Amino acid sequence: MEAQLSVRAILLLSLLPLLSLLARSSSSVSQDIQIVNAERRIDLTSHIVKVFLTLKVENIGSSPVSDIYLAFPPTQVDHLALVKAAATVGKRKKKSYLPLEVNPTELPDAPNGTKYFSISLVNPLSVGETLTIEVLYILTHSLEPFPVEISQSESQLVYYHDSAIILSPYDIKKQTTFLKTPSTKLESFTKVEPTNRAGTELKYGPYENQSPHSFSPIIVHFENNNPFAVVEELVREVEISHWGNLQITEHYKLMHAGARHKGVFSRVEYQSKPSFSGVSSFKNLLARLPPGVHSAYYRDEIGNISSSHLRTDPWKSELEIEPRYPLFGGWKSTFIIGYGLPLQDFLFESPDGRRYLNFSFGCPLVETVADKLTIKVVLPEGSKDPSAVVPFPVEQHLETKYSYLDIVGRTVVVLEKRNVVPEHNSPFQVYYTFNQVFMLAEPLMLASVFFFLFVTYVAYLHIDLSIRK
Amino acid sequence: MAASETSNGTALRYAFGNVLSFFILLLIGVLAFSIRLFSVIKYESVIHEFDPYFNYRVTQYLTKNGIYDFWNWFDDRTWYPLGRVIGGTVYPGLTLTAGTLYWILNSLNIPLSVETVCVFTAPIFSAFASWATYLLTKEVKGAGAGLTAAVLLAMVPSYISRSVAGSYDNEAVAIFALIFTFFLYIKTLNTGSLFYATLNAIAYFYMVCSWGGYTFIINLIPMHVLLCIVTGRYSSRLYIAYAPLVVLGTLLASLVPVVGFNAVLTSEHFGSFLVFIIIHVVALVYYIKGILSPKMFKVAVTLVVSIGLVVCCAVIAVLVALVASSPTKGWSGRSLSLLDPTYASKYIPIIASVSEHQPPTWPSYFMDINVLAFLVPAGIIACFSPLSDASSFVVLYIVTSVYFSGVMVRLMLVFAPAACIMSGIALSASFDVFTRSIKFQLPGVKGNSQVDAGETSSEGVVAQNEVAKTDKNEEALKERPSKKNRKKEKEHVEKPSVKAQMKKRLLVLPFEASIIAILLLILLGAFYVVHSVWAAAEAYSAPSIVLTSYSHDGLHVFDDFREAYSWLSHNTEVDDKVASWWDYGYQTTAMANRTVIVDNNTWNNTHIATVGTAMSSPEKAAWEIFDSLDVKYVLVVFGGLVGYPSDDINKFLWMVRIGGGVFPHIKEPDYLRDGQYRIDSQATPTMLNCLMYKLSYYRFVETDGKAFDRVRRTEIGKKHFKLTHFEEVFTTHHWMVRIYKLKPQKNRIRGKAKKSRSKASSTTSTKRSETQRKNPWH
Repeated sequence: MEAQLSVRAILLLSLLPLLSLLARSSSSVSQDIQIVNAERRIDLTSHIVKVFLTLKVENIGSSPVSDIYLAFPPTQVDHLALVKAAATVGKRKKKSYLPLEVNPTELPDAPNGTKYFSISLVNPLSVGETLTIEVLYILTHSLEPFPVEISQSESQLVYYHDSAIILSPYDIKKQTTFLKTPSTKLESFTKVEPTNRAGTELKYGPYENQSPHSFSPIIVHFENNNPFAVVEELVREVEISHWGNLQITEHYKLMHAGARHKGVFSRVEYQSKPSFSGVSSFKNLLARLPPGVHSAYYRDEIGNISSSHLRTDPWKSELEIEPRYPLFGGWKSTFIIGYGLPLQDFLFESPDGRRYLNFSFGCPLVETVADKLTIKVVLPEGSKDPSAVVPFPVEQHLETKYSYLDIVGRTVVVLEKRNVVPEHNSPFQVYYTFNQVFMLAEPLMLASVFFFLFVTYVAYLHIDLSIRK
Repeated sequence: MAASETSNGTALRYAFGNVLSFFILLLIGVLAFSIRLFSVIKYESVIHEFDPYFNYRVTQYLTKNGIYDFWNWFDDRTWYPLGRVIGGTVYPGLTLTAGTLYWILNSLNIPLSVETVCVFTAPIFSAFASWATYLLTKEVKGAGAGLTAAVLLAMVPSYISRSVAGSYDNEAVAIFALIFTFFLYIKTLNTGSLFYATLNAIAYFYMVCSWGGYTFIINLIPMHVLLCIVTGRYSSRLYIAYAPLVVLGTLLASLVPVVGFNAVLTSEHFGSFLVFIIIHVVALVYYIKGILSPKMFKVAVTLVVSIGLVVCCAVIAVLVALVASSPTKGWSGRSLSLLDPTYASKYIPIIASVSEHQPPTWPSYFMDINVLAFLVPAGIIACFSPLSDASSFVVLYIVTSVYFSGVMVRLMLVFAPAACIMSGIALSASFDVFTRSIKFQLPGVKGNSQVDAGETSSEGVVAQNEVAKTDKNEEALKERPSKKNRKKEKEHVEKPSVKAQMKKRLLVLPFEASIIAILLLILLGAFYVVHSVWAAAEAYSAPSIVLTSYSHDGLHVFDDFREAYSWLSHNTEVDDKVASWWDYGYQTTAMANRTVIVDNNTWNNTHIATVGTAMSSPEKAAWEIFDSLDVKYVLVVFGGLVGYPSDDINKFLWMVRIGGGVFPHIKEPDYLRDGQYRIDSQATPTMLNCLMYKLSYYRFVETDGKAFDRVRRTEIGKKHFKLTHFEEVFTTHHWMVRIYKLKPQKNRIRGKAKKSRSKASSTTSTKRSETQRKNPWH
């Protein structure tokens, strides 16, 4: 394994000159911009890797620039859940952040499969001007457990791969990278001088005058016993009833994505020595639900799970759930959470007469990655022209669902997204038009069915069907 | 003018009575349904116990794959490696009923899950059963007795125990089918209508579909027919009630795959054919008697008797030969143990090991039918005054069912409806007598019974007075409102019949005695209601897969079974085989979706004995047995930590017995010290070394340091030991289920090779070192 790694490192190293050569020979984008100062803080404390990047950008070209590019190696792009950028406006005390739009783009001369994201500036950066941009990007599934299998008493060690030098299409004058690990227990890390280690922090740099597309792979091997809770598939169904209720049903397929559990699971050890038996396992999760939750339930396909607590106050609701058994590495579990919400808190009427549902996207479980999230918004029967507004790209399509005594079926707006992290918990809207008369359809239908039933019975009593008189 | 007014009044009163009884019946249905919901309210909407899980799984299959796949379903998840043909070995009635309900609901776009439908099937059919009881008793003794019997049946504890919400078992629908079949039989007997006879055969078909207890019908009805013939009550109505039932019923019954040709081949059904022959002979005799003169008739009789004897002898000889050719004399084991209560414990330990096949104790009668036990004799007496075809049938029904309930606890269920009918008749008759006595002695009505028209109004007043009085009394007794209504209304309904019989003026009891007697009867009824509600709420509503206990710091929930099943279903391979004692077979296939070796359908004794032998063998021998069966996980239920008494250690002697029945090297005395079953330091070495002991108590000593077993109330005999061929892979939170994995074969061979062949060992060791080099983390 280690041998393989080193081979990979050597390969990458040997590619470096090539990369920089390629970059230098072409790229018109890189010549206009240079990064004066870059600081990168990588947070490795949970299984979701958060990277905060502060770039001080200067336009040294001859024309204003409106797009700044971020580069990512192909291995990271697959695990990239979210990229956010904001421009810093104002000085010191009056500092504020202006969110910027970030989109994946292709550049014609991307060396070695490098992928780019472009940050569109609100005002083009004129010649000679500098700007500070804060970038947050989140990586999932980027901590690779090693050893791959551990026993109950061992703690979990993981690898993190990255580059000591920030991959960028621009020249970087000066840069530093900080890595924050959850504990001081650090097995090993690649040294790219100058490298410093202090407590839980690892500092790479400062490096100066790095050419575009420089890359210097590093591996950090450290202990991380945080719950690697991954929801492999989450289906959230939001059913709107204009009688005043919003019913949410969430189907979870939960997995512990850390180092696989090996061999014996001893309950006696797990119960008597919780501090060092099964430290990487987790037995409860917290779901943050909207305020006003009522009739919550927690069950799986074989019945109710009794180990859950719901705490509600007027501002938030927290549902603490315990799966039927503690989850060790590689163990899976499925369950369903359901609850009702008051409709008036989530359904509004827009100025143009349409109604819209304002609900939060993402997985309610804290510190959890959802590999695949499907949100189904079930609109009431008879609603028309559905459209969804989501702050980030999702796949959308429509379905039809038949529920209690439906005849034409209810329109379902389906939103699908892969690789969802807690930062995706932002509101989205679904607009539709609905005529209040449809609310009466089902009661009227039932009433008329019973009416006809009685009428038939009365008619039957008055008809003599016998042949003989 | 006056006459027409009177008749109008009577018609109105009848109409009023009918509407009233309709609403009473509706309320009885609601009562029957809702009294069974305690389990859902106190626990959750979940399938109970063991067999219902199998039925639930079959229903799931049916709703998913359709009826034809269901008939042809070969289940490879159970009885590995034999499998089981489900379509041909289950009584499909329950499954098809629930499947149909599900289908209807879903085609109306009411998205209830299969589980919900299954959970509520039993309460729904209990309501149907109480309505069927009303119909049956009404045919026997009139509407008043019918309503009383229906309300008694709606809450008889014996029936509640089998039909609480979630108890999704055959009996749930079968009791309805049983009562309804009897009702149709009596209805045919009373009317002589071929229409009802056909319906009767169809109801019988439904019963055959639903439950093996259908043999009770096909033996009870012939017995009744025979009784009628013997007592000279033969009539063409009897013929119509019986002959079509046998012909159509047998044809229909043989359509059910699980019965098939058994409907004509096994001894359980021979009685009906014999009576079928007899009734034809009798019918012929009556016919000939009608068309011949008495002299000619005598000649004919001698002729027929001589020929008939010969034919009979031949038929009987053939039958005897057929019966004698089968080892069990054509009887199934369960039927035989019915006829000879000691049969099962002597020959078939597997039948004897099931607690519901044991004979009941006296307290269980009181628990299950409560005050009905005292009312039944009165009901029997009431049936004899006067004795009709119908009432003789219910008398016969109760007599036979008392016997059967005395043999098996389970058949208490057949006895309960009979007891309800009888008690209904008794209560109704006694109320009848007492209220009549009171009425005759009330000052307002005394002496002028002739003036009908005038009396109607005054009677109305009297009735109201009476109602008010009983009302007050009942309020004083703090009775439930529904019951109060029922009582009040029942008296209204009975008014016409009372009036019709008024001229008899028989059995007038003293006024005060009557009032006290009525009060006492109401008290008795109240006691019954209180007991039934208690039984429904406390005794019979626990789902048994989730246990609860109350302690000083609140409610504790023991959900270990589902924890284990859930773990198995998510963290093992789909094809892994799980071995456990057969009790948990159905649950493992249904909840964990894993293949099991044996399950609650105990059709193959040898297979069960193999598992029993493995559990009672030492570790190595057990490993070999399990390995030969391709088993990967072994599941044991252990109650020693929390004090759950029905665990595997307590069932262990049955494993030894059943195992020893097939494999003689397992001997029961080896596990007993001086005839006593013990697991403490006095236990025998065989016991302390058997697999069940080891798997149950592995590392148990580390919990409290003493290894104190809370079920057996003793410290265990052997505390520190290691497992060599099994490894613990999962133990639930309260240790109630422990799952072990068979260690792979690799280790064992390596050890053997090392010992036996010195040359080969060098190659293996190099191989081992290579693997070590390749993966240092292992």
